[in-house]
Formats: sequence, structure tokens, C-alpha cells
Amino acid sequence: MFVRGLKRKCFDGEEDIEGTLAGIKAIPSYNLQRQSLLDMSLVKLQLCHMLVEPNLCRSVLIANTVRQIQEEMTQDGTWQMINTQSTGQASLDRLVSTDILCRSSRDSAEGKHVPAYGTFNKDFESDQAQDRTETMSTASSVQAPRNLQSNVWEMENPQENKGNFQKSLDQIFETLENKSPNSVEDLFSEVDNSYYDLDTMLTGMMSNTKMGHCDSLETFSPPTNTASNSNCKSDLSDLDHIVEILVES
Amino acid sequence: QVPTLKPMDLMVEASPRRTFANAHTYHINSISVNSDYATYLSADDLRINLWHLEVTNRSFNIVDIKPANMEELTEVITAAEFHPHHCNVFVYSSSKGTIRLCDMRSSALCDQHSKFFEEPEDPSSRSFFSEIISSISDVKFSHSGRYMMTRDYLSVKVWDLNMENRPVETYQVHEYLRSKLCSLYENDCIFDKFECCWNGSDSTIMTGSYNNFFRTFERGSRRDATLEASRESSKPRAVLKPRKVCASGKRKKDEISVDSLDFNKKILHTAWHPTENIIAVAATNNLYLFQEKVN
Repeated sequence: MFVRGLKRKCFDGEEDIEGTLAGIKAIPSYNLQRQSLLDMSLVKLQLCHMLVEPNLCRSVLIANTVRQIQEEMTQDGTWQMINTQSTGQASLDRLVSTDILCRSSRDSAEGKHVPAYGTFNKDFESDQAQDRTETMSTASSVQAPRNLQSNVWEMENPQENKGNFQKSLDQIFETLENKSPNSVEDLFSEVDNSYYDLDTMLTGMMSNTKMGHCDSLETFSPPTNTASNSNCKSDLSDLDHIVEILVES
Repeated sequence: QVPTLKPMDLMVEASPRRTFANAHTYHINSISVNSDYATYLSADDLRINLWHLEVTNRSFNIVDIKPANMEELTEVITAAEFHPHHCNVFVYSSSKGTIRLCDMRSSALCDQHSKFFEEPEDPSSRSFFSEIISSISDVKFSHSGRYMMTRDYLSVKVWDLNMENRPVETYQVHEYLRSKLCSLYENDCIFDKFECCWNGSDSTIMTGSYNNFFRTFERGSRRDATLEASRESSKPRAVLKPRKVCASGKRKKDEISVDSLDFNKKILHTAWHPTENIIAVAATNNLYLFQEKVN
């Protein structure tokens, strides 16, 4: 479960393990850090795509990083969704302090408890006030890699009420899947594709990194993207509904 | 009336002498004139083209790494250069930290390399940023033609063309940044492309860093220096004072701590005069020329 000689920090004494979900908190912060890095990378990829003259080298390097993280997450079989969404906590500062991530994998460090999924709506609003490109990371975190779904089902978690939990997640993914694909095109319509076929490349990279299935999730873009503004508002209310489901379970 | 000489201010005007037909789909990262002074190469992210200096409307594609399916793209060309003496030999570097040496005599399309240079990864220092920092931003042959130098994000490596499995020398440019890679990834500095250069005798190499610092490394004595190119730190004719960055712990007097480095002040381009000890350093929008102190 712990890769690359990661030193395991003993959370057991510090936190309440008896709750059904508290056991999840015992997962080392390395996973949180990794999730943050994944989120950040996805934001960067999206931004790459929106430039008039995208930098291919940069896009390739970031996409490779995303792929690497996802491969490791697949091997680990651990996912932030389960870890954080049930806490119901909202954190204004989505990204873990970067110093933590910069330490070598041998040192584990206390990471801020960053919700990746459950508090989507609240983070959305708070991020708007900040003049940061990481605003989009909130949206991106919802773009759970496709294999995330299967891993959720595979994960051993005796402390969970597995049935209800999976059912909720099923609902989430069904709802998101049914989003109209037109909104995705709206997102990309203003980009100048004459330079080269970035649509193919980016979508391809996303597919390659097991994200093609979740193109529909891109409708959850922040209001700053005018092309899909109208889609956002209806999506937000849907998300409220989804978040409620998650919290209730 | 007898014509008179009127002094005028020097006017410098750049005008294009030749424009070569659009043969690149992606951003051009390198141009290298061949030792035959008749041909040159231009390289973009996925292709390298060979041109004749006198022919502007035609070029030959000599390297093409574009995959049939762009979804499979995981590596791009980052720099290319002709060998200083062998006009049939050139090298190109990649975003995965590899260098390929190609011989144009072997085939028209040099997709097959003659030599492949790559240093095995150190498993103990592996992180999610390993690939990004291994990406080579510049490759330069030594004047002698025996060696080549590559610049990646944290180091400069000297390779013997006869040894492909590892560099013969490695110099750490700013190792103190290794623990800050995530921040540098966040603010995109990790994608900065630094150049490097040799002095005329190949005894010293130079490259840039942040905070208007640039570094020189003497290969024989292994002495290195960190110097600053800025108005505040140097007056004309004054000798540059060596700088030191304090990586951790207590900062000594005159040392600069890593956290106070200005990452917007980056020296990406440096050049060394081919025969004299004169260097040119580009710091944002200023060009500095330094020379060896003459007693």
C-alpha cells in the first residue's frame, strides 16, 4: 500500500478511528499531496489548451506527469474521494502547502485535509474571490479519472457501509455522464485550432490517461469561461444535489 | 559646392536578408549552421529540417518523431545542433533527457540514431517531477568536437561522444531548488529553458540561473562561481563579487536565502566569446558584457 519506502506516520493515536469514515483519515497525507498535484496538473493542461499558441513541450510534460500519478494511484488502489468527501469540511485553501510536496517521498509530512470532491460547491464560490488560476482546480478535481470508478468498487473498506456508498457514487457518475456533449465543444470553440490539432492531442492525452470518459465532466468549468457560462449554473445546482447525496450517505 | 562630411548618430536597423519558406508546424527551438557553411538545420518540437542557405523555398525533413496517433505522443525534440567539424553529424535532445546523435550519411531520414545518450535514473531521487527536470533545454558541442554539454533543469552535464551510458561530468547549477520543485511546478518556473555555453578552450562552461545569477564551472579544477548580472550589484569596470545561496540553516552575511530569490529574474541566455574571455549575459531586457579582469 505504501510505495517507494514512504514512511508511515502513525495517525492512529491522534484521530478517532471508531467512526465509519475516520479510518479513511488514517491514509497518509502523501495521497492528499498526490491528489493536489494531480489537480494542479489538470488545471495546467486545461490552461495550456486555451492559449492561442500552446506550448507542446509543456503540455506533453504535464500530461506525462498526470499519467504517472494516475498509474500510481491505480496501483495503490487508494482514492481521495472516499477519504475526504464524507468529512463535510470545507477548506478555502485547496492546495496543500507546496513545501510538503517538495519533500522527498521518504519524509511524510502533515498535509492539510483537503477535500477533493465533497465540498465542490463551497470551494467554487470561495475560489472566485481569489485571483488564482487554481480556481479551475475545483472543477478539475471532479474530473476523476475513469479508473477511479472501478477502483472505488475494488477498494477494501470494511468500515464503510459499502452498499450505500457505491450506490451514491453510481448516481454521481450517471448524472455526470448524461451531460450534453455540446458544452464540451463550447469550451473549445474559441480556441484557434489552426496551429495544430490540439483537440485531438488533449482529448487523446486525457483518454490515454484514462479520462476520456469524463469529458462530460468538463461542463463544470468556472464562470470565468464565458463559453459555457449558461451550462455552469444548471450544473451547479445539480452538483448541490450530488453533494447532498454524498453527505447524507 | 564641395561635399562635406556630416557626423551622424549610428543607426542600427535590422532588415531580413532571407526568409525561408514555412516548413514547421510546431514551435522552432533550434537553428544550427553546419560546418560546411552551406547548409543549416532547424528543429521544432517534432521535426528537424535541413536547409541550404541559398535556397529559401525548399527544405528536407531529416527527423520526424510525430506519431501516427498524436495520443501516443510522450516525447518532443527540445534542441538540435550540428557537429562543429563533421558536417554529416548532428545531435538532438528530448524532453525525456535523452540525446540522439545522427549521421546523415546512413539514411535520408534520420529516425534511426547512430548513438543514444541517456543517464540511468537514480531510483532514490525519483519523484513525480523527475521527468520534467530531466528534460534537456539546451545541447552544445564543445569546440573540439569531442564532447557535448546538455542543460537540464538542475544541472549541466558533459558527455564524451564515445560514451553513451552516462555523462563524464555533472555540475549542479542550483541544487537548492530540488526541494522546491513543487512550487516551481506551480509557478511554471520548472519549464524554464536555460542555455549553456563553452568558453573558447572548452575549459570552462557557463549557464544561467535565477535572481540574475549565472554560474561558471572550471572543468579541470572543479572550481565554480556564482555571479550576478544586475545594475545594483555591479558598476562598470568593477569586479563582480561572487554570490552564495544559503540552502538551509543559518544564513551567513552576504548570503542569499533560497526563499528570497527572485524567480522572475532569470538568465536563460549566455554566450562566450570564441577566443577572448568576454561573456554576454541576458538578464530580462538587459544585456551585460563582462570581461576577464585585466591588470
